[in-house]
Amino acid sequence: MKNHVLRPLFVVIGIIVLILLARMVLVPKDFGAHERGYMYGWHRRGNEEDWKKFKVKYQGAEYCKDCHADKYDSIKKTPHTIIQCENCHGPASDVTSDHYSDQRPKLTIDKSRAQCLRCHFPLPYPSSGRSKIKGIDPDKHNPDIECSTCHNPHNPMEGLR
Amino acid sequence: MITRRNFLKNTALGIAGAAVPLTALEIVDPKKLFAQVEAETTSVRWVFLVDTYKCVGCGLCVKACKLENEVPYDANVTRTWVERYVRTKKGNMYADTPKGARDGFMTAKIDQNAEGLKDISSEGIEKAFFVPKLCNQCENPPCVQVCPVGATYQAADGVVLVDRTWCIGCGYCIMGCPYGVRFFHPVYHTAEKCNFCYHRINKGLKTACVQACPFGARQVGNIKDPNDPVTQVIRTQRVGVLKSEFGTKPQVYYIGLDEEVR
Repeated sequence: MKNHVLRPLFVVIGIIVLILLARMVLVPKDFGAHERGYMYGWHRRGNEEDWKKFKVKYQGAEYCKDCHADKYDSIKKTPHTIIQCENCHGPASDVTSDHYSDQRPKLTIDKSRAQCLRCHFPLPYPSSGRSKIKGIDPDKHNPDIECSTCHNPHNPMEGLR
Repeated sequence: MITRRNFLKNTALGIAGAAVPLTALEIVDPKKLFAQVEAETTSVRWVFLVDTYKCVGCGLCVKACKLENEVPYDANVTRTWVERYVRTKKGNMYADTPKGARDGFMTAKIDQNAEGLKDISSEGIEKAFFVPKLCNQCENPPCVQVCPVGATYQAADGVVLVDRTWCIGCGYCIMGCPYGVRFFHPVYHTAEKCNFCYHRINKGLKTACVQACPFGARQVGNIKDPNDPVTQVIRTQRVGVLKSEFGTKPQVYYIGLDEEVR
C-alpha cells in the first residue's frame, strides 16, 4: 500500500496514544469503581476523605456545659430544654481561642422576635405539633420590643422580668 | 533496503510505542470490578427517619444546615427545607416553603408565587402539616447514573457525594434528581446536595439538622445495625418513602406521609 494512504492512519494512532498518555497523567491514581460498582461507585476515592475533613461547626449543648453550667442547668428545668444552645447563640466553632480572654468576640445571639416566632406564631394545624405550642399575635403583642425584654428565654415559665 | 530516513523513523516509532505502558490501554475489566464490589461491602448504610407529626415548621434545621455546610445564607438555595401543606375543607391543596423555611413559617398565608399570598382561615383548614425534605440517598441514585465524569458517586455507606474538584457543572444530575434536592453552589459553581453531614456522621455526631431539631422530628441511623433505634422504627412501624414509583429506592423514611406530598 502506498505511503500516503497509511499516513492518516499513523496520525490517528498517534492521537490515540497521546490521549491515553494524557489520561494516564491527568486521572488520579485513586480513580476507579469502588464498592458500589461501575454504575454508582465510579469516583476519586480521595474525595471521601475530603468530605470527612470538612469542618464541624455545631458542637451541641454538651460542649457549652462545662463553662456555662448555670445556664445549662437552668434551661434543663424548663420546656425550652429541647432547644440547643447553638440554635439561638450560633455555631460554637466560630468561637476562636479568644473566647476565653477578656476581649472575647461573643457569639451573635439571635434575640429577634422572628427567632421566637418560629415556634410561637400560632398555626392551628391539626396533626402537626405546632398546634400544641402556645402562640401570640406578633402584631398585637408588644410589637416594638424584643421578647427577651420581658421573657427569659432560658426560663420562660418564671415571672416576667 | 534500509535507508537512513526509514531507520530513524522506525526507531522513533518503536520508542514511542514502547513508552505506552499496558495500563494506559486498559479501560475497564468487568471481572476485576465485580471482585472488588464483593470484597468491599461494609456494615454501615446511613438512612434517615422523619416524623411529620412532630415537625412544627420552626426551620431551625434549615438554619443549622446552611451554617454547618457553608451554603450561602441569603441565597435561595438549601440542602434541606421544610414544606407546608394545607388542605381546605373545600378540597383545595396548598403548599409552600418560603426561603426553604429558613426562617420558619411566620404567617398563616400560603405563598402561591405569582398568584400572591393565599389567606386561609383556621376554620377552613381540613388538614395541615409540615414535611421536612432532604436528599434521599437513593439505593439507585439517578443523579449518579447521569454524571458524565464520575464527579458524583455513592460511597460504600450509601451516601451520595459530589467531588467538587471533578464536577464540570453540566447540571445533568440537577435535572436527573426526581426529588429536586440538587442545586448549583453559588460559590463553587458545582453541583451541591445534602450528604447527611458526611463529616459529622463519620465522627459519631448527629447531622446538623438532627441536632438542631428541638422536637425529634428528624433522626439519622444505620439500617444495617438491628439495634439502631431508627432501624427499629423502620422495621416495626408503618413508614413511607417519596416517589417510590421511580424505582430509586429512597432511604429517607417518613412517618405520617400523605398522598398529597410529592
